[in-house]
Amino acid sequence: MATLVNPNLIDQVKQSDAFNAAACMNCGICTAVCPMGIEHLPRELFRYVLLGLEEDLLAHRDAVYSCLLCRLCEVNCPAEVHIAGNVRTLRHYLNQAVFHVKRMPRARKATTG
Amino acid sequence: MAISTTHTIGILADNLESRKSVLPIPKDAVTHWADGLNLPRGGETVLYTGQMYQLIPYIEALVTQERKLGDSWLASFSGVGRFVNRFINIAALMGRPSPEERQRYERIPRNVARLLQKVGLEFGILYEEDWYSGALMYDLGEDEVVSAHAAKVYRIFQKYGVKRVITIDPHTTNMLRSVYPKWIPDYQLRVQSYLELLAEYGFTPDHPVGGEVTVHDSCVYARYEHIIDEPRFLLNGVGLAVKEPVHSKSRTWCCGGPAESLFPAKAEAAAKQRVNELAQLSSQGVTMCPICWVNLEKATDGRIHFQDISEWLCAGLAPTE
Repeated sequence: MATLVNPNLIDQVKQSDAFNAAACMNCGICTAVCPMGIEHLPRELFRYVLLGLEEDLLAHRDAVYSCLLCRLCEVNCPAEVHIAGNVRTLRHYLNQAVFHVKRMPRARKATTG
Repeated sequence: MAISTTHTIGILADNLESRKSVLPIPKDAVTHWADGLNLPRGGETVLYTGQMYQLIPYIEALVTQERKLGDSWLASFSGVGRFVNRFINIAALMGRPSPEERQRYERIPRNVARLLQKVGLEFGILYEEDWYSGALMYDLGEDEVVSAHAAKVYRIFQKYGVKRVITIDPHTTNMLRSVYPKWIPDYQLRVQSYLELLAEYGFTPDHPVGGEVTVHDSCVYARYEHIIDEPRFLLNGVGLAVKEPVHSKSRTWCCGGPAESLFPAKAEAAAKQRVNELAQLSSQGVTMCPICWVNLEKATDGRIHFQDISEWLCAGLAPTE
């Protein structure tokens, strides 16, 4: 089966300069210390984004939402990757671009009242 | 994941936008803790709960109701559920905690008020305008809805001329101190956890408590807000010996709570692992976050009893009539 590459994925995911997955050197410390034992998070997921492998990112979306954002990986990361911030950015992307989480009309009206 | 991520996040976001909280609770449940304290409304310094402790018994009541229905307390929300939720606050109908459960969590802001008064701080509160900070939706990446909510919360502070906010939990502390300023131009609030203030003011008890406890650092306090030394200074100050687990301070181990809204089984497994570590050191545990407190307490199997740090500190105060 052919793998589809989305060369614009990184630009679509990035909402600010805070997404610094490129600094990841794939050492695996994050995976080793993760309290949730998430194998694909964060290094593999970040790699999918950098390489434009959108299907692989979507296939592992549970990992994105399982992350506790506890930052234990971050304080151990030798490359000082903003891992929790990157995961939040991935959630934002998935919410908007994939799950199409949109505001309900009545809720939108209520905010302006 | 066993539930619809779309609808779960959608319902939580809808609630925050239109009802000012991910899980809207009655106004009385937000303010009941302050009954009889005669605290002024507003002022330059306010004690702000962000509703976190008050929310926990309602979330737990939902968990009890819905555990049999699926993998999550939001499992019964389908597309239809989200539609209905626009008109009827489904969550409020589904779970009502007992007065005893509510009281257990309402004690904490009451404790904090008492501790702050002990060091001579004067402060007001915002009563029903003490809104949820939006922390869960921020974690879920819903920045648009949270930033709009943050602007509304900030307007409340401006309305009362608030200059300093005293927070009582790590998540509200982080949102008000480190997240809101990213979105609100000329953000002027000074935000401090009550633990920082008590340490700064040199809190001393009326009498020593004594004993031995093991401490569970909140990830958000320790790694996001660098509040590590203050709880230890305060616990030592009331005469408690603090036992440090292997994962402690900036290397603390998460209680699993943040995963509960979408992955409760995984959250429980993480909590059990943490409890195993803490229970080896002492039968008495200290938490400083309502989410840590409820998640660890549920995973103890009677091996260790957790209490909020404010309970330990108040144990050193002379009884009130």
